[in-house]
Amino acid sequence: MKGCARLADLGRRQFLTGSAAAAVAVGAAAPRSAAAAPPLAGVVYPSAKLANVADLAVDQPLEITYPDPSSPGVLLKLGAPATGGVGPDGDIVAFSTLCPHKGFPLGYHAADKSLSCPGHYSRFDCENGGQQIWGQATQNLPQFKLRVDERGDIYAEGVDELIYGRLSNVLA
Amino acid sequence: MAFKRNIDRLPIIPADATVHNVSCHYCIVGCGYKAYSWPVNQQGGFAAGENWAGTNLGEQQPAETDAWYSPSMHNVVRQGGRDVHLVIKPDVHCSVNSGLGSFRGARLAELSYSTVRGTQLQRLTEPMVWRYGKMQPTAWDDALDLVARVTAAVIKEQGEDGLIVSCYDHGGAGGGYENTWGTGKLYFGAMKVKNIRIHNRPAYNSEVHASRDMGVGELNNCYEDAELADTIVAIGANALETQTNYFLNHWVPNLRGTSLAKKQAELPDEPHAPGRIIIIDPRRTATVAACEAEAGKDNVLHLALESGTDLVLFNALLTEIYDKGWLDREFIEASTTGFASPPAEPPMFPARGGAEQDNPPLFGLDDVVAAIRTSPEEAAAITGLSPDDIRKAAAWIAEPKAGGKRRRTMFGYEKGIIWGNDNYRTNAALVNIALATGNVGRPGGGVVRLGGHQEGYVRPSDAHVGRPAAYVDQLLIGGRGGVHHIWGCDHYKTTLNAHEFKRVYKRRTDLVKDAMSTVPYGDRPALVAAIVQAIRQGGLFSVNIDIVPSQIGQACHVWLPAATAGEMNLTSMNGERRMRLTERYMDPPGSAMPDCLIAARIANHMEAVLREMGDAAYADQFKGFDWQTEEDAFMDGYHQHAAGGEHVTYERLRAMGTNGFLEPAVGFADGKIQGTKRLYTDGRFSTPDGKARFFVTQWRGLEAAGKQQQKDRFPLLINNGRSNQVWQSAFLDQRSELVTDRFPFPFIEMHPDDMASRGIKAGDLVEVFNDAGATQAMAYPTPSAKPGQTFMLFGYPTGAQGNVVNAGVNELVIPNYKQTWGDVRKLADAPEAVKGVSFKNKHYEPV
Repeated sequence: MKGCARLADLGRRQFLTGSAAAAVAVGAAAPRSAAAAPPLAGVVYPSAKLANVADLAVDQPLEITYPDPSSPGVLLKLGAPATGGVGPDGDIVAFSTLCPHKGFPLGYHAADKSLSCPGHYSRFDCENGGQQIWGQATQNLPQFKLRVDERGDIYAEGVDELIYGRLSNVLA
Repeated sequence: MAFKRNIDRLPIIPADATVHNVSCHYCIVGCGYKAYSWPVNQQGGFAAGENWAGTNLGEQQPAETDAWYSPSMHNVVRQGGRDVHLVIKPDVHCSVNSGLGSFRGARLAELSYSTVRGTQLQRLTEPMVWRYGKMQPTAWDDALDLVARVTAAVIKEQGEDGLIVSCYDHGGAGGGYENTWGTGKLYFGAMKVKNIRIHNRPAYNSEVHASRDMGVGELNNCYEDAELADTIVAIGANALETQTNYFLNHWVPNLRGTSLAKKQAELPDEPHAPGRIIIIDPRRTATVAACEAEAGKDNVLHLALESGTDLVLFNALLTEIYDKGWLDREFIEASTTGFASPPAEPPMFPARGGAEQDNPPLFGLDDVVAAIRTSPEEAAAITGLSPDDIRKAAAWIAEPKAGGKRRRTMFGYEKGIIWGNDNYRTNAALVNIALATGNVGRPGGGVVRLGGHQEGYVRPSDAHVGRPAAYVDQLLIGGRGGVHHIWGCDHYKTTLNAHEFKRVYKRRTDLVKDAMSTVPYGDRPALVAAIVQAIRQGGLFSVNIDIVPSQIGQACHVWLPAATAGEMNLTSMNGERRMRLTERYMDPPGSAMPDCLIAARIANHMEAVLREMGDAAYADQFKGFDWQTEEDAFMDGYHQHAAGGEHVTYERLRAMGTNGFLEPAVGFADGKIQGTKRLYTDGRFSTPDGKARFFVTQWRGLEAAGKQQQKDRFPLLINNGRSNQVWQSAFLDQRSELVTDRFPFPFIEMHPDDMASRGIKAGDLVEVFNDAGATQAMAYPTPSAKPGQTFMLFGYPTGAQGNVVNAGVNELVIPNYKQTWGDVRKLADAPEAVKGVSFKNKHYEPV
């Protein structure tokens, strides 16, 4: 659609306004099997440290990438337990921020804890596993599977839907 | 819990995959898609030379890439008897959608029949008959013989009026030129069936009689006109949700101003600005919110009028435009009945039939305005709008641009007024405005239906049906008819007065089921005799041709399995008359057949049975059904009978790809079918003298029977319609976890105050009830809804809104679904299936 590139830029600039930290680099992917080994049934996801729970404040989205630097996402502390939520309050979640419809960057609405797409108006519920509230994507928003270790470090270790723009969630 | 597929990678389309043309078979827009298929044991690779896109897929692809597809675009299906991978993805080269896929079309693959992936296993795979107390599989010849023998017996006793038919008239899946011709030739050629209705209304009639009677065919512009218009007027239409990619790919560029270069290039002699839009709808829709986000609130005028008062608004707009002199005088003089009353003789319309508008005198525009004169203040009192907004709308529609240049305004309307109060006059009042302002047949203009299904109609004449046509639902409820053939319709979910309809229909068909259980199924003479006897006692023998077991099918005695688009070659046209061929890219399930061939086989069996009964003359009427393929039906029907059909063949359509051509075809040159971009560009309309008609359209309140009383008695408007996430009656979506996870029950949008006063929480299961019936829904709190006004999803399997639509119709038997009033009460707390459903605001707002 004409005009979308402009909007994409706009969306990216507006995205995560007020976030405290810049993008967090993803750690190296977990060691892969030797080339001669038979392929596995699913992709092997890297375990990537995203932040520490102490870094997060409610409704202050943190821009992340996962499973690699070309796949943007968001780490959110929602303030109330949520589907897939981790951390002491069960309220820390992470999602891909590429709209699974046409790949435009999603922006966060703290007012109702949703992610919205400026391209074609799709909306996703961060408290409910990324369910598409309304929109043109034919999948709910890919959510990153999180783990918190004893130090409070938050790791992403998997994705539950195909990320926009890649036919394998792990490209390397 | 949001449904997740947990698919982390997809098979890659190889460079040598087979490619077929596809037009999405769901909505009117008909987006272009390509179907890629390749053997199930092969795949492409990430390297640029190893995949269809010629792209390194080992890298993240950018927004709007053509080198990606979602899991919903992939499946494993049968093709020529072997399993193949299938990817159906939007075509970037189709001018309709330019690579956009909607929530509906981008699931074409996933909603295909696959025994490998377990998708759509609900599909009918073979004929089924009522035997030993349930539906059981049988052979085609057996099922068709039973259908033909009972149908012939009923006709012999009752005449052809004893055969009641329900049949789609649309294009896309479950329709299309092949199948409307097949069914049409059976019921209007071999027979002259009068008691026939269409899928979405209880009679065989036009949804837009008035526009046609005025000489204005309802699909008269092209999608580019939405990019060229100075003002778009959308009436009773929620284009973002129901004509999604027409809106996104053609309206939004105008609202954003990105079509300005096209305006300048095509219309260089006048000033241009980004488009403005007037939305006439009682409800704040997703479309309104999106338009405000794109165009800014100053360029969006949402006229949230009182439900059912559109006619008053149109009359006031015409009055205002007339009084201001914002008329296209030259066009009115040249192409319409003009300003003054023409000579009374001879009457020139309507083109056919007899109803309220039979042979009225012709009117000039002066007469019309004198008769319908309505000031903004008078209209405001009835519509609830402000006089200033009405004046503003008139100016946006018709006030000349700088330099006195005529403003270009496109009027798009759909079910809000088609299924709304006083359909005929309301439709006419809108067309009056378009004609008065010269906005038909001109770039940036048009007064058009926005559409539901695609179109694909070619049938022998239906003149014998008459006008008004029979109110078929009332015939069935009244005990009339002995046999009912149902093609791709599910009245249990989608008709009006559905509560009563289902109650009676079940009783009548149960009589026949019970009779069938009294004799061995294999004793055909005894079985037919038992059925006929039950029919004499008020029973009804019911035959359902469909792709899935429908809800009305629960009452039927025979199911015949149909193939859908892609399992057969199928032609249709979209809302700008763009005709394409969807090629067959997979096998139908089991022995399912295209409807046109099912119709042909019914005709073959009717001929044989009638000959056996000794009625050779009647049997001979069923000749001419020796088609073996859908292409045979296409050549017999469209090619020979449609306007311009002689220029159109499958081979030529294949070469025209997903862009096809705009009907009617007018020639074939340079390897291409020549089409018609806009209708009426020569100023000659579809009347005997070529002059378009103005109609007198006086307001007469809520027209259909029982509506005003219902409004007076019940506190809530039960407005109703479609949703972005559900196609039609959810006949496929009911087996889509993505959809049922979102909407386990139909939603009813309610203002939070209306919920609180009734003790209803978000997601509670509620009963919607009135004097016509009752149904159920889940409450969806909607702060943007007006208090006292609800909106319920129509036609959903787990709660039929039609249960509470009363039987009232207009004088031409057009149903009035929209003006329904009732009340809501709590049935139960949110059921388990509802607990994972989001109840947040569906409308987009910029961050």
